[in-house]
Amino acid sequence: MTVVPTDLVILAAPSARKRGTWAYMRRHPTIVIGAALLGLMALMAIFAPYLGTVDPQALSPIRRLRWPSAQYWFGTDMLGRDVYSRTLYGARISLTVGISVALLASGIGLVTGLVTGFSRWTDAVVMRIMDGLMSIPAILIAIALMALTRASLENVIFAITVADVPRVTRLVRGVVLTLRELPFVEAAHASGTGFVRILWRHILPNTLPPLLVQGTFVAASAMIVEAILSFLGAGTPPNIPSWGNIMAEGRSLFQVAYYIVLIPGAFLSITVLAINLLGDGLRDALDPRLARRM
Amino acid sequence: MFAYIVRRILATIPVMVVVALFVFSLLHLSPGDPAAIIAGDTATADDIARIRQTLGLDQPLYIQFATWVWALLHGDLGISIFTNLPVSKLIAQRIEPTITLTISTLIASVLVAIPMGVLAAWKAGSWIDRMVMVFAVLGFSVPVFVLAYLLIYVFAISTDLLPVQGFVTIGSGFWPFLSHIVMPTLALGMVFTALIARMTRASMLDVLAQDYIRTAQAKGLGNDKVLIGHALKNAAVPIATIIGIGIASLISGVVVTETVFAIPGLGRLTVDAILRRDYPIIQGIILVFSAAYVLVNLLVDLSYTFLDPRIRY
Repeated sequence: MTVVPTDLVILAAPSARKRGTWAYMRRHPTIVIGAALLGLMALMAIFAPYLGTVDPQALSPIRRLRWPSAQYWFGTDMLGRDVYSRTLYGARISLTVGISVALLASGIGLVTGLVTGFSRWTDAVVMRIMDGLMSIPAILIAIALMALTRASLENVIFAITVADVPRVTRLVRGVVLTLRELPFVEAAHASGTGFVRILWRHILPNTLPPLLVQGTFVAASAMIVEAILSFLGAGTPPNIPSWGNIMAEGRSLFQVAYYIVLIPGAFLSITVLAINLLGDGLRDALDPRLARRM
Repeated sequence: MFAYIVRRILATIPVMVVVALFVFSLLHLSPGDPAAIIAGDTATADDIARIRQTLGLDQPLYIQFATWVWALLHGDLGISIFTNLPVSKLIAQRIEPTITLTISTLIASVLVAIPMGVLAAWKAGSWIDRMVMVFAVLGFSVPVFVLAYLLIYVFAISTDLLPVQGFVTIGSGFWPFLSHIVMPTLALGMVFTALIARMTRASMLDVLAQDYIRTAQAKGLGNDKVLIGHALKNAAVPIATIIGIGIASLISGVVVTETVFAIPGLGRLTVDAILRRDYPIIQGIILVFSAAYVLVNLLVDLSYTFLDPRIRY
């Protein structure tokens, strides 16, 4: 979870001088807004135990379905659990899933993308498999995998990663295929640079910016998919307070106690919005050519 | 052109083979005995043996795959474990609401998104453009079920304008149908609309920078003729592509939307199947949805030749 803030520092670094960084931030306000919102969520998740929360699983049958009030900021659910505490702890699950899936899918996709970009034989086989997998909607892949395995956070992360790897692979492969034909790579090759060195010095660094942007979108969609899986009853086990689980439990009571569904829903939306803003900003910053268009 | 169409149709075969292999192998890649997984925790050895035999799990893998594909090609998607009915029949019973909702969302989204994108590109940099872009970012960020509940709260709980949930076929009257389909369509269409609006804007911006647009304006054509007749026509291919790809978001969203609005479609069937671990149903649904996705994208690819006569593969 602490990965998020550190990443941002590294990203802001390219314009090394202080004034440069500031001007850069002003030109890309979405990065600042997105990073600030996301940082806030991350802090909330990390310091959840110190923010006036109680045990998110503590049942209290006599305090069922209390509306939001000074005592229960976000009310209580049908088992008397404190929705405020559950929502704050839920941020931990969502961010863990988002970050883990983004890292795993980017890592695996990077390797398969590099391999398929360079080896024609594997390219034909692997890309046919990826095309097939990409024609199965991501949620259905995750549902199918979850229906088979025991519900656990690790399995949720695994299932969503499987669904996301083909897209990352395709992106990296596309970048590699373009780079391979560019003069500076040809020049490196002609001057006797070894394959590994070309890969490491010329190809890899150039795949990272688009991968980073894609990674933010993978994180955002992974958080949504986790919530959907939990909401449908095929995700994080019910004893873990994830936002999707809280919403799923509030579903049947929506007409009497809509806050149980809408509050975690709002937190999920804000977090995804923050990551999307960050991703949009990064794309604009890292690819000025695209920035004008999208 | 004929050769292109044939080649494009043939190209869907390997894709569907991979889909079929994935769906088939899921059951066998999973840790443990598939029959035991399907039977659940409380099953006896007899139950497991019975399921193993019904599903043909006691045969060698390649024979199982061949039998399964052969049955598939005959429209046989297997037998539901829980209800003992053919999966194809269960899917046929539930497909109408899903198709209705998907098509209404598709039409509504395209009708809203394309004018939005065109307007945003035409007035690039203006407040209209900004509003469209803000809408697009929000559209990507609010998950479909959160939006669905928000709509229920606004239109059904606090104002009582629309029914909370349910589905009415178009055959039982247009107004009841419309009042039930409005909220699901809005909820499901948000991401799709944002996606198309964004792509329309990007594609239009590219085209509007071309010389022939300036020529068209210079020779005194009205804005509507330049925008629709010249620009949108040339910007159509990427838009069609994104509509095809975006169908995946509709399919994913439909499962959730149907759950929220209690619509008795394929989405509900999926959720019930997950809860009961009715694996043949899940397999059947993945196959049907993926086939639909592949088919739509095939049609999109074929439409290129009409949208842009320069395309000759």
